[in-house]
Amino acid sequence: MSHHKPLSREQLAQIVANDLPDGVYVNLGIGMPTQLAGHLPKGREIILHSENGILGMGPAGDVPDLDLINASKEQVSLLPGAAICDHVVSFTMMRGGHIDITVLGAYQVSADGDLANWDTGTPDAIPAVGGAMDLAVGARQVWVMMEHTTRKREPKIVERCTLPLTGASVVDRIYSDLARIDVTPHGLVVRALVPGLDPDTLQSLTAAPLRFDERLAVLAV
Amino acid sequence: MLDKTVASLAEAVKDIPDGATLLVGGFGASGIPTELLVALLDQGARDLTVVNNNGGNGPVGLSQLFLAGRVRKLICSFARSANPAQPSAAAFAEVYRAGKVELECVPQGIMVERMRAAAAGLGPFFSPVSYGSKLAHGKETRIIDGRGYVLEQPLPGDYAFVKAQHADRWGNLTYRYAGRNFGPVMCMAARTTIVQVDRIVPLGSIPPEQVMTPGIFVKRVVQVGRDGEPARAGAA
Repeated sequence: MSHHKPLSREQLAQIVANDLPDGVYVNLGIGMPTQLAGHLPKGREIILHSENGILGMGPAGDVPDLDLINASKEQVSLLPGAAICDHVVSFTMMRGGHIDITVLGAYQVSADGDLANWDTGTPDAIPAVGGAMDLAVGARQVWVMMEHTTRKREPKIVERCTLPLTGASVVDRIYSDLARIDVTPHGLVVRALVPGLDPDTLQSLTAAPLRFDERLAVLAV
Repeated sequence: MLDKTVASLAEAVKDIPDGATLLVGGFGASGIPTELLVALLDQGARDLTVVNNNGGNGPVGLSQLFLAGRVRKLICSFARSANPAQPSAAAFAEVYRAGKVELECVPQGIMVERMRAAAAGLGPFFSPVSYGSKLAHGKETRIIDGRGYVLEQPLPGDYAFVKAQHADRWGNLTYRYAGRNFGPVMCMAARTTIVQVDRIVPLGSIPPEQVMTPGIFVKRVVQVGRDGEPARAGAA
């Protein structure tokens, strides 16, 4: 029996943000990843991109401005050195491999790195994809940030996605509230676990086979 | 003399026929040509196909056209209210669930690139976006050098409604911050582009290297003012 505590959203945001190297161009998906903006490590220049044509986003300014919003339609500011572009150029950045890392939320990720994050499969839901599919195929690295299981304790990491796909074989790395897992050509490899969590327990909460790094790290703030 | 300024919103939209395809700029509430949409409501055109990133932005503008039954089809990337606390697309949800409007959901960057293809005189193009997903259903696909692609069709507009910051009488435009978003590509992709601006400025006052949309892509310009109060078109 494992005695562990899942990471809070705040802790997870801190951990993911801390793994972003100096000088990268990053796009944060809507939902949980948006929180990373408040946790960027000091001393590194991490350039945030927003699909509506902002490169070099900063925190919300004092004066509300409709023309300075992020993809979640929340207020942002421009850092010194920021650039504005139109949608053609912005999606050229996203689709053409110019964004180094995108961090996205997910409903499901498969063992092959398939991503489902745009459609819950609810019959009466209005389909709305936004820029998720462009980012999934186009960013150089796709990191997923999510809870390890659903609220009903169903695994979100699965052999095959049952929800509609956003992209096939696109995810490179998963940060859950329990573990950091890389998607590799040889399957899912666990690199780090929260304190007190044993591999068997993590496997029991995951519906795809896991391999464990020989030098497992501790996933903690 | 080349003068694209028109004196009123009503005049700017008066010739839009029933059945037109209308490209509407804006991302969320940023860069939405609300006053032109309201003028179109008064004008009465129906059976419209509207291309916009969202399914409306609160009660004024597109939402009014949906509720008045003027829109036959919406081509859109995100037709849902992003934040349940701010049901910006509530009117669309109502008419969509009642089966009164058709929805074509398109990945945002593909919507953009389809318009760019139309604007640039290109035909259909292959894109990896949506390959293997349900948004590729019914579209031709091909595997090229081991990667899957979906064939996407150009998306031209009969008309475009765009919001810009400044225009001169030749139709050269600047945009304010991220209010630019879909404006430049929509100006280029429509046969008749109608632009509402905060201010019409004298010809020559926009430095040429700072023109964001060259006037060749613009047919009509109408001054609205920043607070949405109609102001008289004027200047040189």
